[in-house]
Amino acid sequence: MARQEIMTINMGPHHPSTHGVLRLILELDGEVVVNVIPDIGYLHRGVEKLSENRKYLQALPLTDRMDYLGPGSTNLAYILAVEKLLGIDVPPRARYIRTIIAELTRINSHLLGLGSCAGDCGAVSMLLYTLREREGVLDLFEETTGQRMMLSYTRPGGVANDILPGFEERVGAFLDKFPGKIDEYERLLTKNRIWIKRQKGVGVVSREQAIALGLSGPVARGSGVDWDIRRDEPYEAYDEVEFKVPVKTDGDAYSRYLVRIEEMRQSVHIIRQLINKIPDGPYINRAAKYMYPEKERVKDSMEAMIHHFKLVVEGLAPPEGEAYSTIEGPKGEIGFYLVSDGSPHPYRFRIRPPTFVNLQSIMTMAKGNMLADVVAIIGSIDIVLGEIDR
Amino acid sequence: MSIDWNRQNFSGEDPEQHPAVVALRAKHGAGLIGVGISRGEVWAVVSPENAIEILTFLRDDPGLSFDYLSDVTAVHWPDRDGAEFDVVYQLYSIGKKVRFRVKVPLSQDQETGTVTGIWPTAEWLEREVFDMFGIRFSGHPDQRRILNPEGFDGHPLRKEFPLKGRVSW
Repeated sequence: MARQEIMTINMGPHHPSTHGVLRLILELDGEVVVNVIPDIGYLHRGVEKLSENRKYLQALPLTDRMDYLGPGSTNLAYILAVEKLLGIDVPPRARYIRTIIAELTRINSHLLGLGSCAGDCGAVSMLLYTLREREGVLDLFEETTGQRMMLSYTRPGGVANDILPGFEERVGAFLDKFPGKIDEYERLLTKNRIWIKRQKGVGVVSREQAIALGLSGPVARGSGVDWDIRRDEPYEAYDEVEFKVPVKTDGDAYSRYLVRIEEMRQSVHIIRQLINKIPDGPYINRAAKYMYPEKERVKDSMEAMIHHFKLVVEGLAPPEGEAYSTIEGPKGEIGFYLVSDGSPHPYRFRIRPPTFVNLQSIMTMAKGNMLADVVAIIGSIDIVLGEIDR
Repeated sequence: MSIDWNRQNFSGEDPEQHPAVVALRAKHGAGLIGVGISRGEVWAVVSPENAIEILTFLRDDPGLSFDYLSDVTAVHWPDRDGAEFDVVYQLYSIGKKVRFRVKVPLSQDQETGTVTGIWPTAEWLEREVFDMFGIRFSGHPDQRRILNPEGFDGHPLRKEFPLKGRVSW
């Protein structure tokens, strides 16, 4: 019997492929990974504790800073939970706008996830191409929300401000151009021999393992779990559009890549259906008195001024109770579990982070693969440390 | 503050009609302390002694099949007599598209069993609950802190922990 020597190697926390500060302790037999022990928490900022000491609206910017590549989705998940607690209606115009922003966020997140994964595997030019298209999405964010990354655009009962005139045309122009770019990516990668060798059969998770490990999002769908919250528990405007949920059954990094590519096409399809029929009407439900009145009215209406003053000083206080609200984020199920004791501060503010749960599966995925494959696996899970560590 | 497990002070439908509650009443009535509903979401409160048995039943019963564990977390209620903590399990059935919540009330030094044997995903989630609340899960394979550094003093999400922390790192 051959003598077996296990070597322990430290990878990270400062390593270009760890997308932040992830530290992995790898146990190797030659080049084969025997065990992986992830060490996380380097970016821990105590978002849950901070939010429990803030008012509901003040916690919103913190949700941007978790998944900083998909803040539009985290914002939406949080505000849906707050709206559930408050029990307020959202006007159809706001629901459409929020769905469009959420889908643009998905494109944004998948572009960077795809580009950086390919970059880690050696196809560095891919990252430059995806960043080029991402720029178009960020421009749309900037004109609508005033921010390129940290959107903080949702509000209880709607969105912070209306879309600008001509937004539909500019989104339309992006949608006309973008599917051609996805074809370019596919020409570059899908049948590329090196890409296939680096991705096929790497980081395999079976369907049963995926469910047991709590995987969600493209990682679960790459393993044959036919589950998408947008379709199965529709929120916002998703019940008014039709789209396909791509599912691949191989469970390897290549399947996850194919799922992400197809999801971007489906996102384009969803936005196309919504963009030309955004309903007229208010973009926020002010009648519910949970949002500041218009600035002009504050100056000459006593009632509006009192309302504004009370909201600033006291904040909105949902009635006692609790709510768990989930959405399909770009990386998986984003859940918010809020408990209210009737005060203007969340009594319990819990985030169900998708990549935290997905990263846990690296211990299953990497075993038996080569050391160099660990990089490809991290890229294919599409982790964001800001959300894992919170 | 005394505990009223059966409070149904929130609007919505009757929690007794939720399929999981119906099944639990029929098969595990002894371990079921109470049920509740808020914003249309139903939960069951079960005792820590029966928690593992009931959660296994919820996963394996073909009529329910809560095969997916979304989240494990805890809530700290320092003023509550007897049970300071609630460990909260968010369950989901991928096939039936139903959500359900299970709460396990625990006192300061009480332990509950780990659910890593039922849903392996709970390993990190329970480590986080231990890190943030100091709740121990008996039988957990790797009960260490996860987000805070080793040697950190205290459990930050307990209500008595100061927002600014105790020492600067």
